[in-house]
Amino acid sequence: MLNQESLNRINKEIAKYPVARKQSAVMAALHIAQEEKGWLSNEVMDFVAELLEIRPIQVYEVATFYSMYELAPAGKHKICICTNVSCMLCGSDTVVAHLEKKLGVKLGQTTDDGRFTLKEVECLAVCGGAPMMQIDKQCYENLTPEKIDSILETLE
Amino acid sequence: MVSFEIDGKKVEAEEGSMVIHAADAAGIYIPRFCYHKKLSIAANCRMCLVEVEKAPKPLPACATPVVEGMKVFTQSAQAIDAQKGTMEFLLINHPLDCPICDQGGECELQDLAVGYGGDVSRFQENKRVVLNKDLGTLISTDMTRCIHCTRCVRFGQEIAGIMELGATGRGEHMEIGTYIEHSIDSELSGNVIDLCPVGALTSKPFRYSARTWELNDVAAVSPHDAVGSNLYLQVRRDRVMRALPRDNAAVNECWLSDRDRFSYEALNSEQRLVLPMIRVNGELQATDWKTALDFTVKGLSKVIDLCGSDSIGALAASNATLEEYYLLQKLVRGLGSSNIDHRLRQSDFSHDAVAPLFPSIGLPIADIEQQQGVLIIGSNVRKEQPIIGLRLRKAFLGAARIMAINAVDYEFSFDLAHKVITPPKQFVASLSRIAKKLANETGTTIPAAVGDWAGDVAVSDSEQDIAKVLAQTGNQTALLMGQLAVSHEYYDSIYQISQVIADMIGATVGTMLSANSAGAWLAGCVPHRGVLGSTENNPGLNAGQMQKQSLKAYILFGVEPELDCVDGANASNAIGSADFVVNLSSFMSSASDYADVQLPLAAFSETSGTYINGEGRVQSFGGAVSPKGEARPGWKILRVLGNMFELDGFDYTSSPEVFAELDLSNLEPSAKLREVAIMAPPKTETTSEIDLERICEVPLYASDPLVRRAHALQACADNPPPAARVNAAQAKELNFSSGTKINAHMGAAIVALELIIDDRIPNGCILIPSGYPETAALGGPGMTRVVRA
Repeated sequence: MLNQESLNRINKEIAKYPVARKQSAVMAALHIAQEEKGWLSNEVMDFVAELLEIRPIQVYEVATFYSMYELAPAGKHKICICTNVSCMLCGSDTVVAHLEKKLGVKLGQTTDDGRFTLKEVECLAVCGGAPMMQIDKQCYENLTPEKIDSILETLE
Repeated sequence: MVSFEIDGKKVEAEEGSMVIHAADAAGIYIPRFCYHKKLSIAANCRMCLVEVEKAPKPLPACATPVVEGMKVFTQSAQAIDAQKGTMEFLLINHPLDCPICDQGGECELQDLAVGYGGDVSRFQENKRVVLNKDLGTLISTDMTRCIHCTRCVRFGQEIAGIMELGATGRGEHMEIGTYIEHSIDSELSGNVIDLCPVGALTSKPFRYSARTWELNDVAAVSPHDAVGSNLYLQVRRDRVMRALPRDNAAVNECWLSDRDRFSYEALNSEQRLVLPMIRVNGELQATDWKTALDFTVKGLSKVIDLCGSDSIGALAASNATLEEYYLLQKLVRGLGSSNIDHRLRQSDFSHDAVAPLFPSIGLPIADIEQQQGVLIIGSNVRKEQPIIGLRLRKAFLGAARIMAINAVDYEFSFDLAHKVITPPKQFVASLSRIAKKLANETGTTIPAAVGDWAGDVAVSDSEQDIAKVLAQTGNQTALLMGQLAVSHEYYDSIYQISQVIADMIGATVGTMLSANSAGAWLAGCVPHRGVLGSTENNPGLNAGQMQKQSLKAYILFGVEPELDCVDGANASNAIGSADFVVNLSSFMSSASDYADVQLPLAAFSETSGTYINGEGRVQSFGGAVSPKGEARPGWKILRVLGNMFELDGFDYTSSPEVFAELDLSNLEPSAKLREVAIMAPPKTETTSEIDLERICEVPLYASDPLVRRAHALQACADNPPPAARVNAAQAKELNFSSGTKINAHMGAAIVALELIIDDRIPNGCILIPSGYPETAALGGPGMTRVVRA
């Protein structure tokens, strides 16, 4: 289900916890699985449950709780727009509208070419630079439509 | 102990306990949804907020430990304000569809909303909608009503031990469900219906059929397993509408297995036998009681006159009442025969002479959870005896080491410390090797026959491990035999050697049987003993013999021979070829094909009576409803028959009068054999290598006539269509794959089944369940030849 490298990494995470507390590695294991597969299918989650000797529902609970886990195939780049109060006050609506128009998809959707997934997320703790978004592992602050355009151009 | 004040009242509580415990003990009610005495504390509903002196804000009573000198106010302005605030939030997304909600009238949210809810909602926005989940045939869902107390989730995780429900999503998007749609397969799943404080999880079979205030509670005892769970039958207009648990800390606590909860459906089944019937010119015809009873007396008298009283025999179900057993044996013995038995699923009766007064699990049910070690012998205990399974899980959580010798690697709700999964034929040998090893460990001498059984095979690692654990757990150990042991061809040897093991360490030994197996023994419904274990000078035939050699006349009491006997095929042949068969039954069944007279029998809900459970607990109950149609309580039918045969002592006017003839004080649950005498092992039979040993399991929902007619249970995952199961390696060797249509041959019988790959089965074995009409022809355990159809 997962390649050897991912398995090795997961085992390393499991080793951090007492033997009877294997399930504590669930978040790390899901991250590793997602890095390899791009998203978490039910089969992948069931596999993680088996690895950690817990019930599948215990994995689903974690995976559905955090917005960082993708439960459907996602685009190559994941654009996470914060719409919480600071960003909202500083104009996240404009950011969302611009991105939706530019990419031709709504929040939660993926572009037809599979390049971008647009996501609305809760506060990412960069209120000082509101409005902000996170693309993959990088944060972008003080967004304007022009700035967004130039950021997207740098991405493949 | 900590002393403090709640609402000005001085209370004491144990250190570390929570405010809500102390308040409950002191009779001060604090509203709550998520808190439940048997579940872990979640503190997520916030309904139990109370004011605590010097605390800056209200605290949840369920998660606030008691502190010396603290002052708690449950009715202060701050507390009430907090509780009202919580209630307002809870009601924001609750649909308030009480008029069409099944929970209406027994809803904790509804009740508390009366006390704490506002009469007008300030919420102007749209309520959220949550799609319903399909959780199977037992639980109906209306998830929009859910208030996320997570009691159902915690029940699965903590009590049932197998987590099936969870809370997925977060905040506004949180939902209770299975995420991937599938049914809830726990044998205890119905308890979430009771736990749900709102109408999100309700009973599917009961749905829209009655309102709680129309129902009368009648205390009853469940007729299925050795636990004898206490329940309330809820009755409306002389019809049992549903069953709910009745709290009894020593027996079922506040839980009920699904079998006990939903089998009531069969009470109103269309297959109920509602009229007496007699066979005239080969056809069964409905008639009146007088004609039917005259016919019965004439028929039996004729057989006795022609062939002697030894030619009649009686077989009773293992869930008849004590009074019925007593009168049945009194009738049969009065007619001059001792051919009476209820042990329909037992094959080996060798230890009858040394058997204990009554069969028991060997210790009080509540003590199971205090054991340090448990050895399960031939039992899918979780499914056979769900409440004992629950107690075993508690023992496991309390650090008991549970071990098993089984023919199937069953999934339990607890981990097994060690296990031996072996073909049933090896049970005795494996037990013997454990006994031998244990004798070494403890320096005891054991009967030489144990060594003979053990054979030359080296003690396996798991057998050694089991012996070592047993040596350590000593007299804090219970050995529990289950259905695969009881129906085993060498049950006697399994029992004897188990006792040898138990005696070495001072452990208890016991069998987990049926609802009133203990009552049957005590009432004398066995061929070799009379009432209360008295010696029977003229022992009759046991159930095994009565199934093999055909008698001239049979009295069947609540039995479907084809499905209830260990060798159903032979049993129905033997009984079918008798000259005269009296069938006292609650249902039309395959016995109707050959019965000469059918007397409609009241079900457990329709008669007063007594069950004695697996710990010797005597539990009497009254009838909840009147018998269906012309059916009559068993004790009345037997009394009249006794009178018609002009036997002495059949002038009872009530079932308590019958009960009063039995002195049942001091029933200690001890299943120890009076003495140990182990038979020599048989000469090794040469069996063909291509034959497989049949594991003859009776699945949970095929166990008795009542369950077999409860529709909702029949559609559960625990009641799969009968199939033949072998492990992958075995299938490969036989060149079969999953889904292959096969023919199973046993003796002259051939049954067509589908093959399922099931790696719980050991090599050399095939699991073919009994209790189904489809497999009845095969008979009981034995060697099976499997060929492609």
